[in-house]
Amino acid sequence: MTDTQQHYSSSVRGLHWLMAFLLFSQIFIGATMVARVDSYAILIVLHKALGLILLGLVCLRLGARLITTAPALPSSMPQWQRGAAHGLHGLLYLLMLAQPLCGWLMLSAAGQPLTFWGWVVPSLISADSGLYVLLRALHGLLAYLLFALVLLHVGAALVHGLIRRDGVLERMLKAAPSESK
Amino acid sequence: MQTSLTPRARAGRYLGIGALLGSTALALVWAAHGFNSSQASPQQITDQFERNAGFQPGFRRNHSKGLCVTGYFEAQGEASIYSTAALFQAGQTPVIGRFAIGGSNPQAADDSVPIRSLALQFNLANGEQWRTAMNSNAVFPVASPQSFYEQLQASQPDPKTGKPDPARLKDFFDSHPETAAFRAWLKGFTPSSSWANTHYYGLNAFVLVQEQGQRQAVRWSLVPEQPYEPLAAVQRDNPNTLSHDLEQRLQQGPLRWQLRLTLAQLEDPTHDATQAWPADRPQITAGLVVLEHSQPQATGPCRDINYDPLVLPKGIEGSDDPLLSARSAVYATALYRRLQENHSTTGALQHD
Ligand code: HEM
Ligand code: HEM
Ligand code: HEM
Repeated sequence: MTDTQQHYSSSVRGLHWLMAFLLFSQIFIGATMVARVDSYAILIVLHKALGLILLGLVCLRLGARLITTAPALPSSMPQWQRGAAHGLHGLLYLLMLAQPLCGWLMLSAAGQPLTFWGWVVPSLISADSGLYVLLRALHGLLAYLLFALVLLHVGAALVHGLIRRDGVLERMLKAAPSESK
Repeated sequence: MQTSLTPRARAGRYLGIGALLGSTALALVWAAHGFNSSQASPQQITDQFERNAGFQPGFRRNHSKGLCVTGYFEAQGEASIYSTAALFQAGQTPVIGRFAIGGSNPQAADDSVPIRSLALQFNLANGEQWRTAMNSNAVFPVASPQSFYEQLQASQPDPKTGKPDPARLKDFFDSHPETAAFRAWLKGFTPSSSWANTHYYGLNAFVLVQEQGQRQAVRWSLVPEQPYEPLAAVQRDNPNTLSHDLEQRLQQGPLRWQLRLTLAQLEDPTHDATQAWPADRPQITAGLVVLEHSQPQATGPCRDINYDPLVLPKGIEGSDDPLLSARSAVYATALYRRLQENHSTTGALQHD
């Protein structure tokens, strides 16, 4: 990591904002569909498709993150805050991976077939109703935990961007000078 | 570089950030309440089933009394002109089914409920499934999920008599003229002696899709090959007459139904399960459903199946009937509840 690097790579930034938008949509779709009889059928189809897309995207994103370098957080930040930021980012990655996997496992455990644009998605495990019950509960729990952590994360990003104005928000917003134009 | 913020501006920005986060969280709470829709939620509908028959842990919330069956579907290939669904190509597909009587009481006497049902899950070789749950009534009483909920509410037993309040039921039917065809069916019908000689109707419309994308709206039904006989008076003495009869018949050999597809014309309603289509609509026989063995529902392979009518293979799609989405939503809620009960310490797996 060089001192001059102050921005995330364009692939990490692109995937961050794309996934932020899709993930917010996904949580709202999930919460709405289980509460409404009229839109359930349409929303669950969308939810499964979008969930699998998000699973693909997070894999790409982790790949992009590993092969590019991330900028170091400003040294003006206290050590504990840097640690907290890294811990939170790690948790967010973990949940972004675990949540769609949990959805897929849950359907496998329920013995429910899963298709993605007509393609039959294989079951990850064999049907087991006890496991289904656990995974169904976990899927709800993790979704709302993820949502709470995202709010915390957005709050912190906005404090950096609007109050401290220490350039942290810009690292995810803007291209590095060498990249632009 | 930037000038530093005045304390006022700082406080204002903190407030702004807090307001943004708070309203996002509130928006999710609002979404989780279905955006305050005036229609009943899947949870409320499931609760109403529980109120109508008392809480019956581990059992299905409706059509609670029944048994599992297994067999196969033998396609004749005729329906493959209308649908790409792999199971319509000539050949065999294994089936896991469930016979039941309507209502949420797993202890009800078999002759106490006019509605019977057969639910089937076809396990296609390519990993797809087709699930369908069919009733013995030729039309459904109501067209919308909300009316269904109101019907359930009107049927809730009065704690004083243990029976639905006739005045409430009458109010419901008077204010729901779409129930007329169902009531006429109920009046004219004499129960048959067996699940085996009952005709089952899919009731909701679906759409068959061809290779080139042409679409044909259909309804399906299962026509029994076993001849009709009325329910005998002696059968009424045995509260489990239907399962005893079925087990006996299966010992003698498999039971058969023709899977009939009725093809809609453009003017036929697909969104309204209270309206039968004209009797002259063309029908095709897609194949034979052959049932060979039965198992108690507490231990049989149908126990954990959610006969969600929207689990469909490629080549069959749901129609614009609003009951379909509602069934899908409520069945998922009901399944989750009963499986939770089965796997909790109060486990109700001992029932049959
Ligand atoms: C990041 C991805 C995902 C998020 C954030 C998410 C979020 C949610 C939420 C918030 C709910 C409602 C939970 C409740 O209130 O109880 C839900 C339910 C559900 N999700 Fe997901 N989900 C994701 C991925 C998936 C995937 C990949 C699948 C399957 C392929 C899936 C299948 C389901 C199912 C089947 C339900 C329950 C429907 C029901 O019981 O009626 N989800 N999800
Ligand atoms: C679903 C929503 C979101 C998720 C799951 C998410 C997740 C993440 C993750 C995992 C990182 C770490 C990147 C890395 O080091 O590889 C990150 C960084 C970042 N995110 Fe988000 N994010 C979301 C929404 C937002 C929003 C709405 C904002 C802005 C208001 C934001 C601002 C930032 C910033 C500024 C960084 C860079 C932090 C740094 O420099 O270390 N994020 N995000
Ligand atoms: C909005 C309308 C409806 C609601 C809310 C509803 C609700 C339910 C519920 C909660 C169950 C129990 C599911 C389980 O615990 O696994 C059930 C079972 C069943 N329903 Fe419905 N239902 C509706 C309409 C229909 C219609 C139109 C039909 C007929 C075509 C039908 C046929 C059946 C059958 C056959 C079963 C038993 C399936 C089995 O054996 O597992 N239902 N229904």
